[in-house]
Amino acid sequence: MPEQVTLGSLPPGARARIVEIAAGADGSDLHLRLYEMGFDEGVEVEVLHRAPLGGDPIAVQVGGMVVAMRRRDANLLTVALVKADVLEAAQ
Amino acid sequence: MSVAAISATVAVVGNPNAGKTSLFNALTGARQKVGNYPGVTVERKAARLTLADGRAVDLVDLPGAYSLNPRSPDEEVTRRVLLGTQEGESRPAAMVCVVDATNLRNHLRFVLELKQLGLPMVVALNMIDLAERDGIRIDAQRLQSLLGLPVVTTVAVRRRGLEALLAQLPPLIDTASSSAAPVAAVAADVRALNTQARAIAGQVLLSEGQGRKITRAIDGAVLHPVAGPAILALILFFMFQAVFAWAEAPMTWIEDGFAALAEWTPTFLPEGALLSLVNDGIINGVGSVVVFLPQILVLFFFILLLEQSGYMTRAAFMMDRLMARVGLNGRAFIPLLSSFASAIPGIMATRTIDNPRDRLTTMMIAPLMTCSARLPVYTVIIAAFIPDRTVMGVFGLQGVVMFGLYVVGVLSALLVAWVLRRSITKGASQTFLIEMPKYQMPVLRDVAIGMWQRALAFLKRAGTIIFATTVALWALASYPQPPENAERPALDYSLVGHIGRGLEVVLEPIGFNREIAIALVPGMAAREVAVSALGMIYSLEGDEDEVAMSLVERLRSAWPLPTALAFLAWFVFAPQCFATLAVVRRETNSWRWMGFMAAYLFVLAYAAAGITYWSAVALGL
Repeated sequence: MPEQVTLGSLPPGARARIVEIAAGADGSDLHLRLYEMGFDEGVEVEVLHRAPLGGDPIAVQVGGMVVAMRRRDANLLTVALVKADVLEAAQ
Repeated sequence: MSVAAISATVAVVGNPNAGKTSLFNALTGARQKVGNYPGVTVERKAARLTLADGRAVDLVDLPGAYSLNPRSPDEEVTRRVLLGTQEGESRPAAMVCVVDATNLRNHLRFVLELKQLGLPMVVALNMIDLAERDGIRIDAQRLQSLLGLPVVTTVAVRRRGLEALLAQLPPLIDTASSSAAPVAAVAADVRALNTQARAIAGQVLLSEGQGRKITRAIDGAVLHPVAGPAILALILFFMFQAVFAWAEAPMTWIEDGFAALAEWTPTFLPEGALLSLVNDGIINGVGSVVVFLPQILVLFFFILLLEQSGYMTRAAFMMDRLMARVGLNGRAFIPLLSSFASAIPGIMATRTIDNPRDRLTTMMIAPLMTCSARLPVYTVIIAAFIPDRTVMGVFGLQGVVMFGLYVVGVLSALLVAWVLRRSITKGASQTFLIEMPKYQMPVLRDVAIGMWQRALAFLKRAGTIIFATTVALWALASYPQPPENAERPALDYSLVGHIGRGLEVVLEPIGFNREIAIALVPGMAAREVAVSALGMIYSLEGDEDEVAMSLVERLRSAWPLPTALAFLAWFVFAPQCFATLAVVRRETNSWRWMGFMAAYLFVLAYAAAGITYWSAVALGL
């Protein structure tokens, strides 16, 4: 059973499979937009970049698309690590 | 049915970054009519095309959308047009759905959602060349049979596949008029469609390709922790240099042109009120606004390049954190930056912000970015009152003061944004969630069409609201006329003079004298007009430079230092620019927001000038 974390906590280079997309806080339908952009349970994502100032937002590859998102929003996604070796490198 | 006599409407729809606008431009060229949908500030682009069989269709470029579940006014329009509920727009007879071939997996879901509308549609599998370059191979035949829709491969920027695409339209339109009423509304199950889309993609993608190698490599440099911000700063620096340097010569031509026009009119108009109206009112007034056209064009040239290349979202990505602190998001960065040249293109550029509250807040603070029109005012006052000496060994004091005025503007803008987001424009601010498109070579045709549309929008303003206000201002400044043996300048006898003297009562507490009060009234048209108005009041004659030179001497003896400093503080905030107010009126579609902006800026200007004056007096300056 691979380790489950939130997408927002992953460093650039990490690849993971989406386990669950939680509904946005305050009844926001952000999760719907995430589905519409191609995020979905079972889909693989890769963190590509962090913004230079403050490390937020992050750029995430999903399918053929790169999506820029704030880490708080990325934390709506629970993911299972596929490629985790960058984690040790980052620590 | 009589519908056949009227040309059918065909909507161009698709995800953002699918190359929809490029395709529309390639199909229609410069024949586009750009307007607004009634009641909203969403741009409506349409053009009439004649198909091969001789019939005419109206092609409408709908705003890019990820789904029919709208999250911005743009997407709301797309939804309403497709459902036939958009005011002033008949429901399209057919759709052209543009799909990015390099991004089929993510874009297919929207195709399936659109298909549920029941409107006849053709899929344009666009950017097929880039897909092939990346090693992505798509079985278009298979896609066509799995979707049950005609699929045409296109390369909009190279005009490939356009004929084949247009050839699909006549049969579609014929189906539309014969088929039963389409579905009125769709309740799409987003996840079911996702699953279906992925299943289809899996069957038609013969090869996934090696991913976006080039884009990844560029992003590695452009978003690098150190190099990234440096590159952004360099690009911005170059852009601003260009806005001033490249625009300078054409601005002189425009000024000279209007001056020549003013010299030519007396050859056929008799001396008197009509000549004064034409020269001092119309030519002078409209000229002082049209002169900004070169700056607007240069600025939009860069903005369009940055947008089309894909860099713009990277800039927004890097600036988002900073903007988030005051309740805005990264997309507000470019409009605010543009406002340093002029608030007008800046406010026009807020169209890229989806959330109406974010957009409104950005518009409201745009005039606080020190625009180029303030420079003549700052230059004259600083030259007259700030001693030309160095501080801390290296910096010229005059330069430091000038820089300080810019900084005060920026800090106030952030503060005002923060306050507005907690009061008037309160509400959930939109989060920052955008697609970062692959890098692409900008297409000359698309840049040219974009610049042409901006220029037209701006000149239309100059021709209407600004024309009317400058004529009104001319009348106020010219009547009543001075008596034969006038001792004071003519302006003093006019209605402007009377208004100025009335204002003096209000402005006196913050250290402004009567001359300033009078100069501020014509200075409402444009900030730099205040300088020439002061020149007029102090009865100076000659060309602009001479007036400025001798004005410096005159002001030095006429104004105490606290007054001069208060005057500078006033100009950091005062909304003295009809063109800006007119653009805000147009972009917000509301007199109330325009009024609010003018009011809050005047209040800030008054307070800032007052505080400056009183502290300067208290310090014994």
